[in-house]
Amino acid sequence: MKTSPLTAEAIESAMTAYLTERTKTEVKPDDDIFASGLVSSMFAMELVVHLESTYDIAIIGPELKIDNFRTAKVMAALVLRLSEDGVASDA
Amino acid sequence: MSEKPPLVKCLVWDLDNTLWQGTLLEDSEVRLSEEVRAVIVELDSRGILQSVASKNDHDLAWKRLEELGVAEYFLVPQIGWGRKSDSVIAIAKELQFALSTIAFVDDTPAERAEVTYHAPEVRCYTHEDVLSLVDRPEFSPAVVTADARRRREMYQANALRTVAKDSFNGPDEEFLRSLDLVMAIKRADEDDLSRVEELTLRTSQMNATGVHYPDQVLRGLLADPGHEVLTVTLTDKFGPHGAVGVLLLERHPDVWHLKLLATSCRVVTYGAGTVLLNWLVDQAAQAGVHLAADFRPTDRNRMMEIAYRFAGFTQDPCDCLSGIKSFIDGGDIQCLHLVTARREGPATMRLVSPDLTVAASI
Ligand SMILES: [Zn+2]
Repeated sequence: MKTSPLTAEAIESAMTAYLTERTKTEVKPDDDIFASGLVSSMFAMELVVHLESTYDIAIIGPELKIDNFRTAKVMAALVLRLSEDGVASDA
Repeated sequence: MSEKPPLVKCLVWDLDNTLWQGTLLEDSEVRLSEEVRAVIVELDSRGILQSVASKNDHDLAWKRLEELGVAEYFLVPQIGWGRKSDSVIAIAKELQFALSTIAFVDDTPAERAEVTYHAPEVRCYTHEDVLSLVDRPEFSPAVVTADARRRREMYQANALRTVAKDSFNGPDEEFLRSLDLVMAIKRADEDDLSRVEELTLRTSQMNATGVHYPDQVLRGLLADPGHEVLTVTLTDKFGPHGAVGVLLLERHPDVWHLKLLATSCRVVTYGAGTVLLNWLVDQAAQAGVHLAADFRPTDRNRMMEIAYRFAGFTQDPCDCLSGIKSFIDGGDIQCLHLVTARREGPATMRLVSPDLTVAASI
């Protein structure tokens, strides 16, 4: 059974809520969580596992670069790119 | 020749008529013989942890152990009225040991049988075996390292850390800062080598290459000016974590080749692997060289892969790699590479480290 398709907006808002809760700081979709010192490298690992289990994706090899995890917005793009259920853009 | 039995990591004691003489509920003055006390102290000095599984009133029994001056030797004691097999299994779980590394000593045949029935991997001994335990091979580690001697203290410090973490609600980084962590990286000397060997054996899941470097290989590389063997220790306000990491690095003119990087799973929550990597990147940048690292992905070292990738390592080609011959033959080893740049020191701990841009004087 298929759930409603993933959208960038839905992932973004879920991720900003998750980041806000985990860092106990208000996080906006464009905030660079690594530049601001909000998260430790330890949390980076949690983040990878959270994205993989929540959206049923595998983030491997070159996709693990830190630039794919800097903001809720780029994480949403990563999830859509790796997810079969995602609404693909025209690219 | 028969195979050497695996070492016991934790001995679980019955109390009445095993550890002490008599039954506490009938005689509040039960005695502990000097011979048994000596066994407890000796096993402790060998790094073998000890615990208690006793059917007794918890508060009374613990008070008596304190009066006898031995309570501090026993971790995660299980004193109550439940099944002994449950107690032994709970102890193994709490210490994160396999049941096959647990021993149980009890004078009552029915208790030993009950433990054997539910946990057949646990090795059982009778009260008559107590004084000869220290002569048995399974209680006689070949090497007793400085860390092994302090293992119990480290577990006790760990328990305090867990309590501190559970009662702390702030962000992780603030919690880490509150621990006053100090990481000391040092060029290994002869004395450090046995600690290194124990670490690479024990912590294979955090060993990025999955390759074990035997003692004599590392010993040979100590004297080699082309290699650096580094050990890492960590302390915090609760006490020492002991040796928590080891690095083996080979110097080439344009690149440093990281052949071994193992960090203890005990300190993974402190981000020790990332702190180490960042320090190494910064050192390489100061020396004007690139960094290359052997990495074999397994289902157990994902954390290490993420640490490498988030530190900026890629599998992109580079001219500097042509001079590197990997220590290991085999197609499943990735060569990760990084063009280095200066990095800031860690925000969560203090770092004491050598200057790798200057070769060691031997
Ligand atoms: Zn290079």
